Amino acid sequence: MALSTEDIRDIAKLAKLQINEDELDRYKQELSRILEFVEQMNQADVENIEPMAHPQDMIQPLRVDEITETNLREKFQCIAPATQDGLYLVPKVIE
Amino acid sequence: MHKLTVAQQAKALAAKEFSSEELVNHYIQRIESHDEQLNSFVTFTPEQAIENAKQADVRGKQGGILNGIPIALKDIFCTDGVKTSCASRMLDNFIAPYDAAVVTKLNQAGAVSLGKTNMDEFAMGSSSESSFYGVVKNPWDTERVPGGSSGGSAAAVAARLAPASMGTDTGGSIRQPAAFCGITGLKPTYGRVSRYGMIAYASSLDQGGSFGITSEDCAYMLQAIAGHDARDSTSVDQPVPDYVAGLNRSIKGLRIGLPEEFFQEGLDAGIAEKIQQACDVLKSLGCEIKPISLPNAKLAIAAYYVIAPAECSSNLSRFDGVRYGYRCENPKGLEDMYLRSRSEGLGEEVKRRIMVGAYALSAGYYDAYYLKAQKIRRLISEDYRAAFNQVDAVLSPTTPTTAFKVNEKSNDPITMYLSDIYTIGVNLAGLPGISLPVGFQQNLPVGMQLVSNYFEEQTLLNLGHQYQQQTDHHLQMPKEFE
Repeated sequence: MALSTEDIRDIAKLAKLQINEDELDRYKQELSRILEFVEQMNQADVENIEPMAHPQDMIQPLRVDEITETNLREKFQCIAPATQDGLYLVPKVIE
Repeated sequence: MHKLTVAQQAKALAAKEFSSEELVNHYIQRIESHDEQLNSFVTFTPEQAIENAKQADVRGKQGGILNGIPIALKDIFCTDGVKTSCASRMLDNFIAPYDAAVVTKLNQAGAVSLGKTNMDEFAMGSSSESSFYGVVKNPWDTERVPGGSSGGSAAAVAARLAPASMGTDTGGSIRQPAAFCGITGLKPTYGRVSRYGMIAYASSLDQGGSFGITSEDCAYMLQAIAGHDARDSTSVDQPVPDYVAGLNRSIKGLRIGLPEEFFQEGLDAGIAEKIQQACDVLKSLGCEIKPISLPNAKLAIAAYYVIAPAECSSNLSRFDGVRYGYRCENPKGLEDMYLRSRSEGLGEEVKRRIMVGAYALSAGYYDAYYLKAQKIRRLISEDYRAAFNQVDAVLSPTTPTTAFKVNEKSNDPITMYLSDIYTIGVNLAGLPGISLPVGFQQNLPVGMQLVSNYFEEQTLLNLGHQYQQQTDHHLQMPKEFE
């Protein structure tokens, strides 16, 4: 599967990554090679095979809806890049 | 003291031949004098270690199975109040606000952490070259890689800068570095050890496990870390057997399968010979060796490089520069902050995998990539299931070559990916695997992998221990670090 420069721009947008113009070509080649490599999967006949998500085919365990965690807001916020009055600060979104 | 195994140190501590403080001090000095050559530690915490060793000495016999034993932790396990970087610029400023389940359990067992070890960034790699803190070196030859991604933890044990350590294994990241560094490394069954507080790469494959000099030491470590944890919904509620007590069982009559697919082209002839010799030892102990087939094994790497990047692209979306981790300077707006924080904070291989994953999961491609890979995963798993109807363990080399040179594969992602050919299927199936040292090829260690059925870690540890009673490959150590 050969990707185009435009594909790389789209993928980067999906992944919220900024790829510089001078890196586009390298990513195009590397990602195309990886996708070409994984095309080996087409050798397998997977018709009627159930996809496997968990090795033990477990069901999602449920628990009682009770608070089990203690509130560590201050501890969590002291490692944040910017906070104010107990809130996380981000650049202005609405003028 | 550093030539002793964990089991020997535990006995010596109990007999008061030396104190934990003395033992920990000894390793602190070794790290200070030797780690400059290896770069195996990212964060070294000697003061805390001494403090914890003193407490272990006070606890004495009341302590747990690892009371007073120094260990090292891969820098992927959150440790309360200590920097936990995952070897990424993204988390260079991250002081974990809580302990990973594994860290809590090791503390309860009385282990003393010496610090956090270097690794491939976010555990994505097979050489420990992609760390933000620089390349880790192999103590057997410092021009070579220690393997990865848990390369720092493996190099530290091989150089006896710690008697045991913790790693994680998503595609071979414990077993491959154990093989490259000439030590024992155990990847438990998926769900055996809690992933709570272990920074996620590919959640359906990641599993924490240990490095030690011996299989016996891996049993001590597993005894401490195994068990159900409600905070990890994929953790399995199964009783934890007495792994240490199970080591001395006879292995007579155990059936061992050699997958024919793993002894074909691409395998170094010298490695094949060492594996043959190891088989002969197991045979002399009464094991029955027979050929088996894993017909879909060849598809494992392709399926892995869809599933792991897909899960990583989802997991690593949490790094947005808002709540913790790296935020770019002077963002021009929210979008600019997301884009630049991620692009500046993450390294090349991580970005590559996020992009492959984002593509594989994008509209119109899900069925062709992720869904197909999950189906192949089922085929690979069924192969192992069929094998375990005939045998108790599957034996192969851990790696097709010995440790490669620094920079030898770092510019070619695909060649790097292929070095995990024998280990990756085990993660896709979620099975336990161990790598044991079986000798040397041109002065570089060779590893043998044994894989058993789900929750049959005791079979692996038992086979490893009995093999190590007959051989001394695991006791060899690199001259420069003696």
